[in-house]
Amino acid sequence: MSQWKNFTKGFIKENPVFVLLLGLCPTLGVTTSAINGMGMGLATTFVLVSSNVVVSLIKNAIPDKVRIPSFIVIIASFVTIVQLVMEAYSPDLFAALGLFIPLIVVNCIVMGRAEAFASKKGVLSSLIDGLGMGLGFTFALTLLGAVREILGAGAIFGHAFIKGDGMLLFVLAPGAFLGLGYLIALSNLLKKNE
Amino acid sequence: MEYILIIIGAVFVNNIVLAQFLGICPFIGVSSKVSTSAGMSGAVMFVMTLATVVTYLIYTYILVPFEITFLQTISYILVIAALVQMVEIILKKVSPALYQALGIFLPLITTNCAVLGVALLTVQKDLNLLQGVVFAIANAIGFGLAIILFAGIREHLELMGVPKGMQGAPVALITAGILALAFMGFAGLV
Repeated sequence: MSQWKNFTKGFIKENPVFVLLLGLCPTLGVTTSAINGMGMGLATTFVLVSSNVVVSLIKNAIPDKVRIPSFIVIIASFVTIVQLVMEAYSPDLFAALGLFIPLIVVNCIVMGRAEAFASKKGVLSSLIDGLGMGLGFTFALTLLGAVREILGAGAIFGHAFIKGDGMLLFVLAPGAFLGLGYLIALSNLLKKNE
Repeated sequence: MEYILIIIGAVFVNNIVLAQFLGICPFIGVSSKVSTSAGMSGAVMFVMTLATVVTYLIYTYILVPFEITFLQTISYILVIAALVQMVEIILKKVSPALYQALGIFLPLITTNCAVLGVALLTVQKDLNLLQGVVFAIANAIGFGLAIILFAGIREHLELMGVPKGMQGAPVALITAGILALAFMGFAGLV
């Protein structure tokens, strides 16, 4: 039961984007469509789960003073793996996400979970925590991407359902700030009513 | 002329915060006062320029000759982390006054994705060393411009009656959206 709670906390109660406000750069930068948001979310999830597991496995071998640099090296290795795999197997998504793939290294969620959770807890808990947080992040990015795609292009996951143009503003940069602002306001409202 | 185009492009047209979404964390996090935002932008300019020079040299003289460019991400982030530590130590010894002003912001910069982003963009855009330095300084100015403008607006926002659900992050993000909208007016300038 507690593992189930550990898994689900990332979705709503401790959602990294809507509640903790972590990892906002990729959240705003890549969510021009639902599919881009989802791709970025899943790439981050992979890095988060792998780095959480490795950090948790070797936590006793790392001296306390050099733990942050060691975490950075572990995270950067997995980011490089994602970068190379994505470039080989889905070059379109790689081109769309661009600079934000190497920037997963400095995504505060990954570092935050390694430092706050994986360096203290067991392997299984860390794996579940990484998966839950990663999927919560994916959920937030896909939702913001879908909102921007529906309003901006009249489409969802690339399937157009409105003929003609949408509100171009939501695909461009300001739409990211506005969309996320209103989504966080909505999540605040829902939390208050609970 | 070429350098002027790089500067105008990086400061106004492709503003690093409002158009490219890099360095959002400090943009939202340390923008409640104009004075702290100015300190932060000073520290960012310092580290960003240094980091771009050092990573450029490492890329051209180590990674490319040995054909290990796939290590770019790992080596860059390590260089930046080490550089920030070093700058902090040197500054503490050499110029305590500057350290007092920038001190608390320096550790935060390691996780500022704008620094890593600019270092990576310099390679991606095929700039040479001098162009890279100009590009880094211009981006730091763009970062400073955005964060100081935003802090100015937020200071006034403190006094406004904001609806309950919108207080804090939501209204800050919507303000940033309107600021980004204003910056879109520069599009097509270069």
